[in-house]
Amino acid sequence: MSGNNGNPAADAREPAIELRGISKAFGPVQANKDIDLRVAKGSIHGIIGENGAGKSTLMSILYGFYQADKGDILINDKVLKISDSQAAIAAGIGMVHQHFMLVENFTVLENIILGAEGGSILNRAVTNAEKELERIEREYALEVNPDTLIEELPVGLQQRVEILKALYRGAEILILDEPTGVLTPAEADHLFRILQQLKEQGKTIILITHKLREIMAITDSVSVMRRGEMVATRETAKTSVEELAELMVGRRVLLQVDKKPAKPGDVKLSIENLTVKDGRGVTMVENVSLNVRAGEIVGIAGVAGNGQSELLEAIAGIRRAKSGKVILDGKPIGVTSKVDPGMLRDQGLAHVPEDRHHMGLVLPFEENENSILGYHDRPEYLKGPLLQIDAIRDDAKKKIEQYDIRPPNCRLKTANFSGGNQQKIVLAREMERDPVVLLVGQPTRGVDVGAIEFIHKRIIEMRDQGKAILLVSVELDEIRSLADRVLVMFAGRVVGERSPDTSEGELGLLMAGVEDSKETAA
Amino acid sequence: MNHELPKWVDYGLIPFLNLVTAFLGAGLVVLIVGENPLEAAYLLVHGAFGKGPGIGYTLFYATNFIFTGLSVAVAIHCGLFNIGSEGQAYIGGIGVATACLALDRFVPWYITFPLAIAGAALFGAAWALIPAWLQAKRGSHVVITTIMFNFIASALMVYMLVEVFKPAGSMAPETRTFEAGAHLPKMDWFFEIFGSKLGGAPFNITFLLALLSCYLVWVLIWRTKLGYEIRTTGTNPKAAVYAGIPYVKTIVIAMLISGALAGMMALNPIMGDQYRLQEGFPAGAGFVGIAVSLMGRNHPVGIILAAILFGMLWQGGAELAFDMPNISRDMIVVIQGLVILFAGALEHMYRPALSRFFAKDPASTVAMSKPTQGEGA
Repeated sequence: MSGNNGNPAADAREPAIELRGISKAFGPVQANKDIDLRVAKGSIHGIIGENGAGKSTLMSILYGFYQADKGDILINDKVLKISDSQAAIAAGIGMVHQHFMLVENFTVLENIILGAEGGSILNRAVTNAEKELERIEREYALEVNPDTLIEELPVGLQQRVEILKALYRGAEILILDEPTGVLTPAEADHLFRILQQLKEQGKTIILITHKLREIMAITDSVSVMRRGEMVATRETAKTSVEELAELMVGRRVLLQVDKKPAKPGDVKLSIENLTVKDGRGVTMVENVSLNVRAGEIVGIAGVAGNGQSELLEAIAGIRRAKSGKVILDGKPIGVTSKVDPGMLRDQGLAHVPEDRHHMGLVLPFEENENSILGYHDRPEYLKGPLLQIDAIRDDAKKKIEQYDIRPPNCRLKTANFSGGNQQKIVLAREMERDPVVLLVGQPTRGVDVGAIEFIHKRIIEMRDQGKAILLVSVELDEIRSLADRVLVMFAGRVVGERSPDTSEGELGLLMAGVEDSKETAA
Repeated sequence: MNHELPKWVDYGLIPFLNLVTAFLGAGLVVLIVGENPLEAAYLLVHGAFGKGPGIGYTLFYATNFIFTGLSVAVAIHCGLFNIGSEGQAYIGGIGVATACLALDRFVPWYITFPLAIAGAALFGAAWALIPAWLQAKRGSHVVITTIMFNFIASALMVYMLVEVFKPAGSMAPETRTFEAGAHLPKMDWFFEIFGSKLGGAPFNITFLLALLSCYLVWVLIWRTKLGYEIRTTGTNPKAAVYAGIPYVKTIVIAMLISGALAGMMALNPIMGDQYRLQEGFPAGAGFVGIAVSLMGRNHPVGIILAAILFGMLWQGGAELAFDMPNISRDMIVVIQGLVILFAGALEHMYRPALSRFFAKDPASTVAMSKPTQGEGA
C-alpha cells in the first residue's frame, strides 16, 4: 500500500475544519469509512477520487444533508453537530453545488436573498441586500448585475452567483463540488483566479474534483479518497500527477476473470464521426468513431460524465445524434433522424442501460413484467392483443433459475429485489435474446461482490459465443479485466486506445484528460 | 419513495380511516347546525339502503360513478390526471341523444342500445382527443386542458340544445322525450330475486354494462400489450422510451379510452331515467369519479365499491335533506364534499404515519429513501 496517512508539515497551521473518524453507511454500502481530514485555515484543499469514492457523501455530511453514523466534526477546534444546512450556514460553511441551486426565472439578487430574506416584507430586505451585495462584489471583485435573470446568465456567471450566495450568508469555508464540470476552460481559469483571491482574503476552500490538473494547478494540499476511505493526504507541491493517479485508482488486485484470448470476427457495430448534443445544445459526444467486432469486448473507460452515457443512448436509439453514422450488423441505422429502440432490438441490438432504476426496470412492476420490457411485443408473449401471462411467467421462472435470481419469485415487486438481483433481471432479459450486438453500461454499479463475478462471467460467455460487446464502465478494474480493447473517453472524445494490460496509471492519466502522446488508432 | 405497506393496510385500513375521518368531519357539521349526528347518519344509511327504491337509486348513482371512476383510472395508469371526465360524459350525451332520436321510433331498445353505446363512447373519446394530443405532442398539461374543455363542453351543449335539438315551439333547452325504442329496461327482476321492490327508482341495465366495463378495463390494464404499455408509460416514462413504446400513441390511446368510458356514463341518466337529453345531466359525476378512482386504488373492484359508497352518499343525502329540515341541500353538498376531500384529495394523509408504524425494518427504510448516495461524486 502506498497510501500512507502522514500529516504533512503545512497542516501544522490551525485547522478550519477537522473530521475525526467519520463513517456513513447506506444499507449495506459503506460510503464513508473512518474518515480523518484536516483542512488548514486559509488554504485550498483538494479532495480527489473516482466516481463513487464517497467524496460527495462526505461533503453532504459536512453540509448537514446526511448525518454521520459515527465521528466528530470540528469547526475552528470546536465539536459541532451539523443537523441540517441551516446549522452548516451558521457554522460558516457555504456550498457551491455541482448542479446549481438557483431559481432560473428569479433575478440574481432574488436568488441571493432566497432563504435569508429576514422577514415577510421583502422591501427592506432587498434594500439591505443590495448594499451588502455591492460591498461583497467590490471586496472580492465578483461583478454580476444583480437585476439580471439567472436564465440569461452564462454558466460561469451562474456559478459566480452561487459563490456570492455563500459569501452573502457569511461563509468562511467554501465547498465547491466539481465546479469546473460545466465550465469552459477559460471560465475555469477565471474561477481559479477567484478562488485564489478568496484564499488570500482568508477564506478556506475545499475543492472536490476528479481532475488531476485542477488539483495541481490550484490546491495547497490534497486528500485522496478511494472506496469510501481517505487513503492519503499530500502537500500538492510535493506530489505528482502520476502519484495521485495511482493513489486514486489504487493498486487493487484485479478480479481475475477466466478469459481466453478473443477471436474477433467481422465488424458488427461500426460508429463513424458520431456527435451528440444534450438538451441545452452542449456537445456531449464529439466525433467519436469506433468498431466492435463479433467475439470481442470493447471497453470504454472514463470518468463519469465524459459522454459515455450519451454515446450509449445514441447507439441504442434513445437519444438522437446530431451527426454521424452507426452501422449495425451491416445495416445503417438512422441515429440522426428517425430511430426507435424497439426497431433496433428487432435488428439484434440488446442494451443493458447504465441506470437500471430509471431506465432498465419499472420498479413497481412484478419481476415477470420486467423480464419482458422491450420484448413485450414478441409473438411468444402475445395472443392477439392479449398478453400470454403463463408464457411470460414460465419464461421469467426459467431466467430466474438460469441467472440465480433471488428470491426466486417472479410475482414479487421488482423494487423488493437487491441491486445485484435487479441487475440480473436486466441482464437475463437482454442476453437471452441471442443479440448480435450487446451494449452494456455499468454492469456492476451498486451490485454486491458475489453477483459481480457472475455478471462478469456471463459477459465473457457472451463474447465467446461471438457477440460484439461494447462495455461502458467507470470501474477501471472492470474494464481491464473484461475488455479486449480499451478506449478512453474524455470530454466527449475518444482520447486514446490501449490494450487492457496497460498500467492503471497510464489509463488514469488519459481518463483525467492529460494529453495522449502516443498515436491514437481507432 | 414510500415504504411498502401490507396490502390490507393499503386497500382496507387507509380507505377506512379516511372514511371515518370524513364522517367525523361531517358529523361536526351536523352538530353545528343543531342536529343529532347519529340520527343523521342513521337517516343517511337508511335512506340509501333501507328500502328497495333507496337501494335502486343508490345503485343508479353508483352506475354513473363506476363509468367516471374507470375513466379516471385508465388515465392515471398512463400517468395522466384526466379532470375532464365531466365534460367528456356531457359530450357523450350528444352521441347517445343522436342515436336515440334517430332510432327510437323505428326499432326496439336492444337495437338502439348498442348504437347509443357506440355514440357515447365515440363522442366522449372525441372530446378527450384534443387535450390528449396537446399533452402528447406539445406538453400542454392535461389537467389544464381538460378543465378548459369542461367549460367548452357546457357552452357547446347549450348551443346544441337550443339551436339543434330543441323541438320547434318548446321553451325548454332539451330534446323531445324519447319513445319506447330508447327506453332501457329497469332491473326490477334483480330486486325481485331478493323479494324486494325497485319502485320508481331508475336502476337499469346500464349497471350491467358498467360491470362489464370493469371487467374489460381489468383485462385491458393487466392482460393486454396495450395495458402493459400504458402502465409502463405511466410508471416510468424513461423505461418506456428504452423499451421502444411509442409515447405519443400510448398517451393518445389511453386518453381516448378514458374519454370513451366517461362518455358511456351518459347512457345511464339519458336512456335509463330522463329519456331525453337535458342540460347539466352529469351533475358532477365526472368529478366524483376522481374520488372514486383514488379511493378504489384505480382498480375496477375498488372502483365498484367506492362507487357504491358515493352512490349511498348521493341517495342517502337526498333522503337526509328531506327528513331533517335543518340540513339543507347545500349542507348535503358540504358533507359529500368532505368525503371527497378526505377520501380523494387527502388520500395520502395517513400514509406516512402508517408507513412508519408498519416499517418492519428501519434500516431498509433508510436505504430506500436515500438511493442516490455516491452518484455524481
